[in-house]
Amino acid sequence: MTSRVVLDPTSERSAANRQRVERPVSLDGRTVGLLDISKARGDKFLDRLAQLLEERGLRVARFRKPTFAKVAPVDLKHQISTTCDVVIEALAD
Amino acid sequence: MTDEGIVAVVKRDCPTCTLVAPVLEDLVLRGVVSAIYREDEDEGLEASWRLGIETVPTLMRGDRRIVGWSRVQWEELTGVSGLGEGLPDYRPGCGSRTVEPGLTDELAVRFSGSKLHSRRVELAELEDEAEAFFDRGWTDGLPVVAPTEARVLRMLGGTTRDPEEVVAVVAPDLVECTVEKVAVNAVMAGCRPEYLPVVLAAVEAACTDAFNIHGLLATTYFSGPVVIVNGPITGAIGMNSGVNTLGQGNRANATIGRALQLVIRNVGGGRPGGVDRATLGNPGKYTFCFAEDEGGSPWEPLSVERGLAAGDSAVTLFAGEGPRGIIDQASRTPESLARSFAGALRTVAHPKLPMAFDAFVVVSPEHARVFREGGWSKARLREELLTLLTIDGAQLVRGADGCDEGIPEPLGGAAWPKFRPDGLWFVHAGGTAGMFSAIIGGWINGETGSQPVTKEVRS
Repeated sequence: MTSRVVLDPTSERSAANRQRVERPVSLDGRTVGLLDISKARGDKFLDRLAQLLEERGLRVARFRKPTFAKVAPVDLKHQISTTCDVVIEALAD
Repeated sequence: MTDEGIVAVVKRDCPTCTLVAPVLEDLVLRGVVSAIYREDEDEGLEASWRLGIETVPTLMRGDRRIVGWSRVQWEELTGVSGLGEGLPDYRPGCGSRTVEPGLTDELAVRFSGSKLHSRRVELAELEDEAEAFFDRGWTDGLPVVAPTEARVLRMLGGTTRDPEEVVAVVAPDLVECTVEKVAVNAVMAGCRPEYLPVVLAAVEAACTDAFNIHGLLATTYFSGPVVIVNGPITGAIGMNSGVNTLGQGNRANATIGRALQLVIRNVGGGRPGGVDRATLGNPGKYTFCFAEDEGGSPWEPLSVERGLAAGDSAVTLFAGEGPRGIIDQASRTPESLARSFAGALRTVAHPKLPMAFDAFVVVSPEHARVFREGGWSKARLREELLTLLTIDGAQLVRGADGCDEGIPEPLGGAAWPKFRPDGLWFVHAGGTAGMFSAIIGGWINGETGSQPVTKEVRS
């Protein structure tokens, strides 16, 4: 019966499974990226984290999305991935 | 096929075809008719379908067609005189098999189904058709129409665009979406083929950087895409711009907005609880689409205000929440009515938060009459509202009026406009009775959020 055959309304894609980077056992010697997504008061949270991390002698790099309402620009994501070992994103609300 | 010279299409159980059979045999022998397609054979049926035959016999050369038997016309087309000695001068033909009820769709699938590229999904014998789509996660929570090949082919008849043409790259999965995929989802939403051009324009508009459907989908805020349609297509497809225009009951209004949402869900992969993180959402996220009543409006249509020519059909997308009502049954002057609008507009998002959110006002005919009689243009109304809604910062700062929400204290020294100069829009719609209008509050506005986007509807 032709009526029992339908067309797939989806993109017909299946997400690629990518291996996650293993979590570091220790932060010693690592660079920690702190990403502010531009939500109100996210900077306060990250300022405190930066202080705590720096007190432990870690390198901290700060980043900021132009707007929380849009996806992070590709260049920003690339910069974070090539300069940091771990990243903390402040999803403040 | 039409380059073949003169061809004829016939079928067995047509008395006129039987009557002219000797004439056609004679014309074939003379080399005048190059082919006879018989609808009783598969090959002939396909030829008839591709030629768009509706009546048999049809005698044709190029675009010229003669249906039924007419000695004068047959002689004129063939250039042969004395055809059909002893036959009556004229006999009407019969319906082609290609237009038999039930067969038309089957033939469309048989002969042009190959142009559809979507994966075929065969439902299992014991699967309930409606349940099957819920089970696969393809619905918005309401039942959908099964997107069979025949229905999708019919839907594609609503546009001249190639089914393989990429309409947009749909967020959040950033997938190229073809006209065909939009058509599949439009079928599911319940659209008629003539709505498809509007759905296509809405998908195009949604997937622009300016509209930012990804952010709109992902937000915890209430908003979703609101589709406002202008131009002659609204009448042509029977959209509602009158009584209950923002409500239920009109197929075009209901299904066009729904089709857009299904495209975002099914093609883009944007689903509630996934990328859609709305705290509460709003019922308009099932569908929120209406037409502007241009004929009764004192003002230029929204699409014209947004830069398109009068008479063009267009969609305008706005990132909006659910509508809220404004009642004013007493004002008979625009000055007074504007104050009612301002009081209600101040509450968009929060009465103490300025600048962050745009708004659309759906002005009903009875309220529009007040502005018409007072001689206020849209520009005047906007200007007056922006003035009325410029608020002393002292009233807006955190803590003012006993409320902790508001603008930071250092900003309290200035006056702040509730809306950006281009953040307030008006559209005329609704039933002719009722001194009510509606506000559709927006979401984060401007380049860092979502801006209204207008696209022409192409056939």
